[in-house]
Amino acid sequence: MTTSAPPIAAPGIVNRMMAGNVGPVVVISLLIIVVWYVGAVYLNSPWQIDKFDRAKTDWTMGNLIEETLKQDRPILPAPHQILIEMNETIFGKNITSKRSLVYHTWVTLSSTLLGFAIGTLLGGLLAVGIVHVATLEKSLMPWVISSQTIPILAIAPMIIVVLGAIGLKGLIPKAIISTYLCFFPVTIGMVKGLRSPNILQMDLIRTYSANNWQAFWMLRFPSSVPFLFASLKVAIAASLVGAIVGEMPTGAQAGLGARLLAGSYYGQTIQIWSALLTAAFVAGMLVALIGFIEKITLKRMGMQP
Amino acid sequence: MSEAIKNIVKCEGMSLTFETADGPVFALADIDLQIDHGEFVSFIGPSGCGKTTLLRAIADLEKSTGGSITVHGLSPEQARLNREYGYVFQASALYPWRTIEKNVALPLEIMGLSKEEQKKRIAKNLALVDLLGFEKKYPWQLSGGMQQRVSIARALCLEPELLLMDEPFGALDEIVRDHLNEQLLRLWRKTDKTVVFVTHSIPEAVFLSTKIVVMSPRPGRIIDIIDCGFPDDRTLDIRETPEFIEVAHRVREGLRAGHSYDD
Repeated sequence: MTTSAPPIAAPGIVNRMMAGNVGPVVVISLLIIVVWYVGAVYLNSPWQIDKFDRAKTDWTMGNLIEETLKQDRPILPAPHQILIEMNETIFGKNITSKRSLVYHTWVTLSSTLLGFAIGTLLGGLLAVGIVHVATLEKSLMPWVISSQTIPILAIAPMIIVVLGAIGLKGLIPKAIISTYLCFFPVTIGMVKGLRSPNILQMDLIRTYSANNWQAFWMLRFPSSVPFLFASLKVAIAASLVGAIVGEMPTGAQAGLGARLLAGSYYGQTIQIWSALLTAAFVAGMLVALIGFIEKITLKRMGMQP
Repeated sequence: MSEAIKNIVKCEGMSLTFETADGPVFALADIDLQIDHGEFVSFIGPSGCGKTTLLRAIADLEKSTGGSITVHGLSPEQARLNREYGYVFQASALYPWRTIEKNVALPLEIMGLSKEEQKKRIAKNLALVDLLGFEKKYPWQLSGGMQQRVSIARALCLEPELLLMDEPFGALDEIVRDHLNEQLLRLWRKTDKTVVFVTHSIPEAVFLSTKIVVMSPRPGRIIDIIDCGFPDDRTLDIRETPEFIEVAHRVREGLRAGHSYDD
């Protein structure tokens, strides 16, 4: 060896952070927070300036910014106001209290999960029927698709009213609205998944004179698993939306939807945003949970990493 | 075995026409063919000559539209329902979520055999294709040639008398293909099967077969049937001998005669 090659520069901390997930996420989060603060000051200042003027106080830019970020009912609450509110209502309250966000989240989550379970089952059964019976595809598919063209906000109160008339109140009607939203992606995904085996795989099982039941469990269903998980991620988020929407026409008794509605009745924007952020966080966690189960399942099925 | 089913496959005036939007396609016309127990028969011909269709008709994956066809003296459908044959496809068609042993077990599970019997047959047939030790691997962990050997083991573990193979080595490189040809020849001698083999490689057909069926397209038909009985213990070296070259030449002449160069 005569001359050694110049050492490759060790990647700096910035490069290493940006290579993983953490760096980009942190950067975008910071950006959002900055934009949020600027927006809060801008949107809340007309009311604040008006207040200063009426009190005939002199104000500086510093005063204005300070005051716009601690209003009781701001048009756009600042992130720290929401975090303080979330801290108080999540950690500062007994979880059985009606003022606890944990309580409301659990109310919403329970109907989300029930609706998701029913919706997945229903969506799966519809897909199995559609794949195996030609007439079902023709007769059911248009209904399945048109069901999703109706705005959920329009049909949710109808479902609550109709089910209320036959004595169903509380958890079940909300879960059914979740079901209404989440069976659809499962049906569409599973129809595609159950039809995903290639011709050779289908011919093969035919040469073994397998019956439909065997062909389903040994070929169609395992082939559909990756499609199923993609659908479940969409379905569980839709299910949460359904539960929240379902809580709105019930007279706002409990749940994240009720918090949103009560907040808007009384102009409690901080409460609305806390419920919104909590809902977003819960949705994110649910999707991540499905993703985790997906990873384990596909690994156990021996799928190529 | 009774004399009546000495013919494993028998076609008489068999034809198969696909009805398409552009009118009928005559995939097979006037096929007369007899395959006896223990034979190794190759179908060879250019694309579109119906060689794969003929194999699929024997397997009841296509229905003939005229004449007669019997497999083990039965209709192809009944033969399929009785699981009288094992089929090896152009690609291995392994199920990616099953390990190698589970893939081989697939037909056995469908037949509802006992766990011990399944185990016995899996071990026996993986040994035949020289893949002991790979039971717990998944298909993607094996090379293309090994995957195709798994699919042969899977077809054999039904213990069929008849093995139908549709260009099983078509997607593999020449070296692997030569090696598998030798293995297949040994396996055929050892197991006393009847093999029907579709290929478009002349050397492959001549090396493996006791009988070569030369086919031609539009309509798909048989234009020559060539007997070729090389010694049982032949190796690939036989491809250099004058006898081999002569048979290969006759096959090539047949293919040329039946081939239209209009397209």
